[in-house]
Amino acid sequence: MLAYILRRLLYAIPILVGVNLITFALFFVVNTPDDMARMQLGVKRVTPEAIEKWKAERGYDKPLLWNVEAAGAGKATETIFFQKSALMFAGDFGRAEDGRDIAREIRTRMVPSLAIALPTFLLGLLVTVSFALLLAFFRATAFDFWGVVACVAMMSISGLFYIIGGQYLFSKMFRLVPISGYSGDLDAWRFLLLPVLIGVVSGIGSSARWYRTIFLEEIGKDYVRTARAKGLTDLKVMFGHVLRNAMIPILTGVVVVIPLLFMGSLLTESFFGIPGLGSYTIDAINAQDFAVVRAMVFIGSVLYIIGLILTDISYTLVDPRIRFE
Amino acid sequence: MMAIQPVLLWSDLCIWLLVLAAVGAAWWSSRQPPLRAAWSRVARNRVGMASATLLAVFVLIGLADSLHYRPQLPPKSGDDPAKPVYAIEVLSALDALLMPLRTKVEKTYSEPLATRAYAKEMIEIREADGTVRKAREYPRLRHGGTHLAADEARAVSDIALRCALALAVGAVLWTALALLFAWRVARGRGIAIAIAWRQIWRHQEGPAWNAVLLTLAAVIALAALIAGPAGAYHVFGTDKVGQDVLYQVLKSIRTALVIGLVTTLVTLPLAVVLGIVAGYFRGWVDDLIQYLYTTLNSIPGVLLIAAAVLMMQVLIDTHPQWFSTAAERADLRLLALCFILGLTSWTGLARLLRGEVLKLRELEYVQAAQAFGVSDLRIIARHLLPNLMHIVIIALVMDFSGLVLAEAVLSYVGIGVDPTMISFGTMINNARMELGREPVVWWSLVAAFAFMFAMVLAANLLADAVRDAFDPRMA
Repeated sequence: MLAYILRRLLYAIPILVGVNLITFALFFVVNTPDDMARMQLGVKRVTPEAIEKWKAERGYDKPLLWNVEAAGAGKATETIFFQKSALMFAGDFGRAEDGRDIAREIRTRMVPSLAIALPTFLLGLLVTVSFALLLAFFRATAFDFWGVVACVAMMSISGLFYIIGGQYLFSKMFRLVPISGYSGDLDAWRFLLLPVLIGVVSGIGSSARWYRTIFLEEIGKDYVRTARAKGLTDLKVMFGHVLRNAMIPILTGVVVVIPLLFMGSLLTESFFGIPGLGSYTIDAINAQDFAVVRAMVFIGSVLYIIGLILTDISYTLVDPRIRFE
Repeated sequence: MMAIQPVLLWSDLCIWLLVLAAVGAAWWSSRQPPLRAAWSRVARNRVGMASATLLAVFVLIGLADSLHYRPQLPPKSGDDPAKPVYAIEVLSALDALLMPLRTKVEKTYSEPLATRAYAKEMIEIREADGTVRKAREYPRLRHGGTHLAADEARAVSDIALRCALALAVGAVLWTALALLFAWRVARGRGIAIAIAWRQIWRHQEGPAWNAVLLTLAAVIALAALIAGPAGAYHVFGTDKVGQDVLYQVLKSIRTALVIGLVTTLVTLPLAVVLGIVAGYFRGWVDDLIQYLYTTLNSIPGVLLIAAAVLMMQVLIDTHPQWFSTAAERADLRLLALCFILGLTSWTGLARLLRGEVLKLRELEYVQAAQAFGVSDLRIIARHLLPNLMHIVIIALVMDFSGLVLAEAVLSYVGIGVDPTMISFGTMINNARMELGREPVVWWSLVAAFAFMFAMVLAANLLADAVRDAFDPRMA
């Protein structure tokens, strides 16, 4: 087991290097630092001196890959690639346009992101799995039919509609919760209630339908017929057999996203004014803060790879048949 | 007759290429018995046919919006009459059809079917005795309901009359269409039209024409209710700069279709070629391709798109000399967005195809072909590709709705289409802040969401029908 995890971690390194190279190519080869400087400074203030100053302030004035002028190891380290891309492996993400340390910013903003994403995830999983289980239990009835119709309709509605409609309904018309905002203390639940609710509702459509298919696939298998034949009640078959066996395909999709919860949700956070990583990313995109976007891309892929490894580990926990060689 | 100069935007070219490809694919699959059988299973599915009809209506609107031209400007004195001057503005066939909607611009917001503006203004009112007084009033609109003159109360009956008339025209049109269908079916089956008519509505065999006709009836009725008053009113109201919302919604359809369909032009070749090559040749090729898609896949989609779009923006902004008109720039940006979406979304399909090819290549008939010395290319084209078609088709139809929804989100985040390009995303983005006004400006949002919902729902339902028909496990 330990050896397997170690091997997976080693396998993750070339992928992270690849991610790093892709972002490097995107940010520094497609456009030169000069182009970025021109973009950031705006058309009016562009002078060669201003561009040089902008580049020097951010450390973009070095050569891309190989510094001929530097001495010794500096030939490789005194470059944009090393300073801006390779150092990300060490957790050094540099500074944002406003001069703040990105790594620090990420650490503080992780908390509000998690405060929204974690309850949404857990509650969403509970609601969708139980709804899908209900649909599968009442399969081939009117309830199942209209449930699936509702699912398809719900997954056809834009995520923006859930947020805008929910905000309008609960905050503006009924004045139940504040429209947006966040507070760090215990009072935060008032701000979190609506985003979590909307997050859960908007996810029901596609996931519940997918889980229902998984359940139905399991119900069609021989072991279910055997369980019924030996006289188990429908409920016992459902929870004792079907749910347990359906956990494997469900886990594949679910465990991967757990680490990504740290990243927060772009839409929810920006609509509700939550100072998390999602709104940080959106702000960075709108301000064309390349350093922040680059850092988020890197962190996102690290979290995704961790999710993949977690998925593999979780398989052993739910399915004792799987062994790692 | 004013002369026009046809303009072929890059996205038009892609769209018409897709139409050509679709026709070609239809002709090809009509000669492949398994594909033909699968498609006729789709045609038998009533929900599938109904959603396909609705999508076809959207596609027709989108195609009409993909024939671009520049109108000739009226010749000024002193111009060389042999050298016509064309407007800089690029219009489409749809614009020409909707000319009244496009040009009847109000000052600012107005409610659907309103005759007066949304906000009060200082206006002069002429009293019955001829004196003029100033008052803060809701001014009359410049175009909405002007034909009513002073008799504004007549608006309701006027609108009802216009709707009724349009519905009557629609009913005639639908009957003609239905009879045409019945005649085609009658000729195809060699029976009398009356019998064909009854067979269509009972629907026991063949394509579900009854679903098509019912959907058409609903679409025509809705179109009549909208088009009837549209000549004299703003049926969906106007937005902040006074532009008709109905016009914007209809223009958004093309943007959504381009995003949903042109993206497949990038996804498909990448996924099919790389997926098959990886599964068939295995070894280091497989390792390389697997590494490539695992790496791409491990970057969260939105962030990769955001990074790529940001870089594209820099590229566009620093090279203004590449684009001669604003429309061209917006168009290329749309295509670049499709390209980026395609580059980031081929991995799922490629992985599926690779897995399937790994299974297929061990089958006896492929082994036999290899033993006979058939070339790899021929084995792939003759033996593997036809057996992968169902996966490709299912994936294509399923991706469409996701892409249409993604456009709105991306435009909101600021990494979508050009802000000057009308799309569901830009409409929602512009209208979003207006919910805070008092009274609420809801019509732009509702119109955009409703049209997007209809499109995505139809696509999802069609995807279900296609999956049921093509997935061999389902049969």
